Amino acid sequence: MSEYDLVIIGAGPAGLTAGLYAARARMNVLLIEKAVPGGQVLITDWIENYPGFPEGISGFDLAEKIKEQALTLGLDIETAEVQGLDLSGKTKEIILKGKRIKTKSLIIASGASPRKLGVGEDKFMGKGVSFCATCDGPFFKDKVVLAVGGGDTAIQESIFLTRFAKKVYIVHRRDELRATKILQERAFANDKIEFLWDSVVTGMDGFFGVEKINVKNLKTGKESKIEANGCFIWIGILPNTEFIKGDVKTDESGFILVDAKMQTNVPGVFAIGDVRDTPLRQIATAVGDGAVAAVCAEHYVENS
Amino acid sequence: MAENIIHLNDEDFDELLKTSDKPIMVDFWAPWCGPCKAIGPTLEALAGEFGDQITFAKVNVDDNPISPSKHNVQAIPTLIFFKDGAVVNQITGMVAKEKLEEAIKSVL
Repeated sequence: MSEYDLVIIGAGPAGLTAGLYAARARMNVLLIEKAVPGGQVLITDWIENYPGFPEGISGFDLAEKIKEQALTLGLDIETAEVQGLDLSGKTKEIILKGKRIKTKSLIIASGASPRKLGVGEDKFMGKGVSFCATCDGPFFKDKVVLAVGGGDTAIQESIFLTRFAKKVYIVHRRDELRATKILQERAFANDKIEFLWDSVVTGMDGFFGVEKINVKNLKTGKESKIEANGCFIWIGILPNTEFIKGDVKTDESGFILVDAKMQTNVPGVFAIGDVRDTPLRQIATAVGDGAVAAVCAEHYVENS
Repeated sequence: MAENIIHLNDEDFDELLKTSDKPIMVDFWAPWCGPCKAIGPTLEALAGEFGDQITFAKVNVDDNPISPSKHNVQAIPTLIFFKDGAVVNQITGMVAKEKLEEAIKSVL
């Protein structure tokens, strides 16, 4: 079985950028993606803070362009789900269903997934509960929806929802937002948005789908039932590291720890983008991580 | 668009359910939905592979609001598998090709 110079796990902006740098450096590189290239960018309706697009660009279009650029430069992408890693030897092994792939270096770019509330929303997935306004927003035309969270994603996507919904409640556990100021200004100016401060969602019920959502005010302890058909959850993310099982060091939340070269505690194994411990998770930072890791992986392969 | 994926509208949707002797997988999608477009190539590849055993169909939910509402579709992409006219499986969101393959094989 042949051995790759570099295998990259995950085809979001970080992984695709690492892939295009490595392909351009003529490394023998393979990118493994479990679903479709693009990552979380695919579900972002509009991106206006990625340089080079003064009018903004849709998440889908940007993901397609990054993918196209990587493919044009000769990157191979395989669709498969990684089951585990074997990093015990100098040659690293990636365990897929029914086969193992050998590589000299590895970049983990498996990204992150939305965190759930854990209040019984699972049975309403696709029936009112959603993490994706661009996918599901239009189904809530002239309906009342509720969004949870106070960060950039929560506020930006809630504003997007007002195109369809007649009212958007934003439930936030504190009394101020973490979202960037320009988004806050737009949300406060939008008369379809009503904030429920210092509050959390404690449950929901309905017959065919979500009909009522239970909201509790943390300061007063008062509980109320809000009539809404949609519950959009944007309360942060969890790293996609199910396949890692202690192979590399992580922080207490599971995000992978790296040095300035994006290298983990295992030489030749790198982690980039949303899956690593980082103060900022943006497309701009993900592509930067990808470039650094690809070049450092190349140096590692040359010198080992 | 692959020739072995048919496009259904609200009128011929029920007709196909009644008359098909093969299982059917219906992809509810819309042109504004990035993830729907993103799984398109995967579905086309699977239609090429399994198209003789299962009917692959797409419903544009913008042009055809009745069928998604009848099947309580509130998120896209949603894939619904029908066998003998009844719903046997439903998958919402972007899923890996392997998972879709498993779902297809389980209805054959």
